[in-house]
Amino acid sequence: MRFGIVVFPGSNTDADCWQAVATFPGAEPQFLWHKHDTVGDVDAIILPGGFSYGDYLRCGAIARFSPIMGAVADFAADGGLVLGICNGFQTLLEAGLLPGAMLRNIGLKFVCRYVNLRVENADTPFTRSCHEGDLLRIVVKHNEGNYTADPETLAALQANGQVLLRYVDAAGRRTPTANPNGALDDIAGVCNATHNVFGLMPHPENSVEAALAGGADGRRIFQSMINTLLLSRAQA
Amino acid sequence: MDVRVYVTPKKGILDPQGVAVERALPALGFEGVSEVRVGKFIELRLASPPGTTAEQAHRNVDEMCRKLLANPIIEDFTFEIDAGE
Repeated sequence: MRFGIVVFPGSNTDADCWQAVATFPGAEPQFLWHKHDTVGDVDAIILPGGFSYGDYLRCGAIARFSPIMGAVADFAADGGLVLGICNGFQTLLEAGLLPGAMLRNIGLKFVCRYVNLRVENADTPFTRSCHEGDLLRIVVKHNEGNYTADPETLAALQANGQVLLRYVDAAGRRTPTANPNGALDDIAGVCNATHNVFGLMPHPENSVEAALAGGADGRRIFQSMINTLLLSRAQA
Repeated sequence: MDVRVYVTPKKGILDPQGVAVERALPALGFEGVSEVRVGKFIELRLASPPGTTAEQAHRNVDEMCRKLLANPIIEDFTFEIDAGE
């Protein structure tokens, strides 16, 4: 199955995403150039991390007008799986494909450290290889990860099971110090109402090899997507 | 025509930069400062073919602000248009 990885000017984890996808047998990464207005024959799309367009104006604000983003929106509207990581998450927010917006980290500092994430809903295409309450240890590295949304949006996210990951401590508890950026309700990742578009600030693509320091917890996200695609193929 | 756009964090939205500035000012001896909000100021020049009405220009800039210059979820904006000449 083919994973299309969008490359914007300033993307910098596009190669990491390629590498991560390539560690799964049967999964084939493929780059999608931001200037193309089609995503071709891919089974899933990843918007990688980085600093698209230098983060000018607001993170993701310019990238969302790239020609490829119209095709990404169509792909998502047809039920295709779209994963936005870090700057990819910010771009999905700016594009209105996910609810909410991103503010600067509460401490005004770029954060680069491992965080513990609690799986809040394991019944989605991006978390089905996990169980609710599972903890994932994955790295964050960002300056604008302070997720915000108005009270009505937050209530809807909660009611529809759209909050997939929250920042917690090593014991799985929500504490102020476990949250690296001040994100509303400790939210690290949210999906859309139809559960096929998912954005998260942490970088699962940097935790895919157990032999390396980053561990392999990020594999669960990609494995979930692959299992979802295999399942929908089996049903087709 | 010359356009000046002011983008500020929406009321009620936390502004980490504003908070940091507000805390820094008393350290320099400036007392009594509150409600600091750090936003953006954008200048641009807009071509106005003969016959362009003030209302059309206003609508045009308003749309730019909504679509790109500001993110209405977290930011408010105002603007001034100088017809000039």
